[in-house]
Amino acid sequence: MRVLVCIKRVPAVAGRITLTDGDRAIDARYLGFTIGPHEECGVEEAVRLIEAHGGESVVLTLGPAEATEQLRDAMALGISRAIHLVTDGEEWDGQCAAAAIVDAVRADEAANGPFDLILLGNEAADSGGYQVPARLGRALGRPAVAGIKGLAVADGKVRLEQEAGGGRDVYEVALPAVVSVLEGINLPRYPSVPGRIRAKSKPIAPSSPVRPEQRLAMIRLVVPQTSATEAVVLGNGPDAAPAVVDMLASLGVL
Amino acid sequence: MRAVLCLVTVADGAAASGVADEVSLQALAAASALASGGAVHALVIGEGGASAAADLGAWGATQVHVATHLALTSFAPDAWARILADLADTLGVAAVVGPGSDAGNTVLARVAARLDLPFAANCTAVVPGDTVVVTRARWGGSLLEEAAINAPRAILTTQPHSIAKTSTGGSAAVVTFAPTLDDADLAVRVVGHVEAAKGGVSLAEAKIVVSGGRGVGSTDGFAPIEELAGLLGAAVGCSRAVTISGWRPHTDQVGQTGTKIAPDLYIACGISGATQHMAGVKGAKTILAINKDHEAPIMTGADYAVIGDLATVVPAISAAIRARRTG
Ligand SMILES: Cc1cc2nc3c(=O)[nH]c(=O)nc-3n(C[C@H](O)[C@H](O)[C@H](O)COP(=O)(O)OP(=O)(O)OC[C@H]3O[C@@H](n4cnc5c(N)ncnc54)[C@H](O)[C@@H]3O)c2cc1C
Ligand SMILES: Nc1ncnc2c1ncn2[C@@H]1O[C@H](COP(=O)(O)O)[C@@H](O)[C@H]1O
Repeated sequence: MRVLVCIKRVPAVAGRITLTDGDRAIDARYLGFTIGPHEECGVEEAVRLIEAHGGESVVLTLGPAEATEQLRDAMALGISRAIHLVTDGEEWDGQCAAAAIVDAVRADEAANGPFDLILLGNEAADSGGYQVPARLGRALGRPAVAGIKGLAVADGKVRLEQEAGGGRDVYEVALPAVVSVLEGINLPRYPSVPGRIRAKSKPIAPSSPVRPEQRLAMIRLVVPQTSATEAVVLGNGPDAAPAVVDMLASLGVL
Repeated sequence: MRAVLCLVTVADGAAASGVADEVSLQALAAASALASGGAVHALVIGEGGASAAADLGAWGATQVHVATHLALTSFAPDAWARILADLADTLGVAAVVGPGSDAGNTVLARVAARLDLPFAANCTAVVPGDTVVVTRARWGGSLLEEAAINAPRAILTTQPHSIAKTSTGGSAAVVTFAPTLDDADLAVRVVGHVEAAKGGVSLAEAKIVVSGGRGVGSTDGFAPIEELAGLLGAAVGCSRAVTISGWRPHTDQVGQTGTKIAPDLYIACGISGATQHMAGVKGAKTILAINKDHEAPIMTGADYAVIGDLATVVPAISAAIRARRTG
């Protein structure tokens, strides 16, 4: 089978976010870059599907030249090749990103045949757009199922599980299909050294789509105000236990 | 003044409950704001919605539409999107709003895809106008974005628990209708349900959660955390550093890509307090951090802290609780 997984390069923010560029971007000078946890699981799922069923896995990103780093990371885990829609680094809204991805999928499928599955994250880690999977499904005329934590392919169909009301809802759709996954669907592997070496010679096909006018147009980013009060230190080491217990008692939880 | 359409879902996802969920009432408040005095249409889908419909006038709806169809016995996101999009066209509304729940986001994204319009997910504020301007959550709410929706019709969802529901005490006429659906609209639908094995305190609902992070060091390192949780009747949680190390299952993860919790008390042991972790505990009333680093970011997010090695602090707290109970 053939599986495509879509990933997005995002800054690895951890502490308090600072902004640059007239409050239109995260100051990433001191940060590394990564992909979202959902997408890491998407990559793992793609690799596992090809290990189990044979075929080819492809990774795609729409992002700056530096996003080759994320494509190589995915290939180090076992993805065969990459499609890079190179941008100048400015963000694309979900509608524009999806349209460019659809064009790239159509072009690749015209040459290499259809993807049985297109895997994505449920939402991008940074923008949280919650829409690219639905737009891909609609544009390509394929069933799209969001928020998946269990996936099994058999007999030209895929059975999908989604957490719901303490249990799991089950979907079953025909392939080809578009599926967005959530972290927890699997436990992604770590790259091996041979995997990293092999990834260096795997092909990346670049193209440069034109950024259309944005219809969800960012005005500015705002870091929400939090009451950044320092915690009351109850003590140091095990000697703090009585003070903790007093605090718990005052909360009425004992 | 403009007409607005709002998707209302029922609590528990189970059609049977017949009560609108909180997040939908919050979406209805945003819809009312966007309508600025114009008609606020609410749509509930499925038989189970019918009993919820009657109350929506009190929360800002001026008219309620109930869509019933033989094929709508289980969730079918494309069918829901078709019904919303068709009704939006029929009513000529200026905006379509929904709750920023899993179901709401996937349905409204599909509405936007069908109508080829932009989609703004998880808005925390809306400003009505010819061009609707929204504030929306990024990074699970750790960052906000102000954006203009450059479209004749705004499609958006509201971030759960950021816009207050507003009681208007009004009443609304309820119309039931049978939507048109094709097989293609029903290709994606829930065909079964697997019950989860019950046991322990559920993380999402727990009043107290004791969590461990990388500082716990290993799977076995969680024994004292489990012990403290047991004494407090608490659920055990963890950070992503723990789940990706394979020490705990992802179902225990708290945060942006884990479970979002709102306990009365959150005890974070050996967790640094990354924004994505804290995005999951915004609703916690009191946070106690146990960390050997007095400069860890969690020190500004927590109410109380103990500075020290959790491997000795946590058992000491358990012992002190026992002593107090028996003493
Ligand atoms: C898009 C995205 C989504 C994410 N989603 C989530 C999420 O949902 N949940 C989540 O948790 N993370 C999430 N993360 C990861 C997050 O950024 C952090 O990497 C993670 O929370 C760190 O976990 P930690 O605090 O356990 O580890 P660390 O950051 O390594 O912190 C360990 C802490 O333990 C303390 N410590 C060490 N040893 C001891 C000891 N013996 N006693 C006491 N203290 C000790 C250290 O001082 C330190 O403060 C996400 C990241 C991204 C990019
Ligand atoms: N620029 C991009 N390049 C590749 N994939 C993307 C891009 N933006 C979004 N996606 C994919 O679509 C998913 C959902 O993104 P979104 O709808 O923007 O929240 C992400 O998790 C990715 O898998």
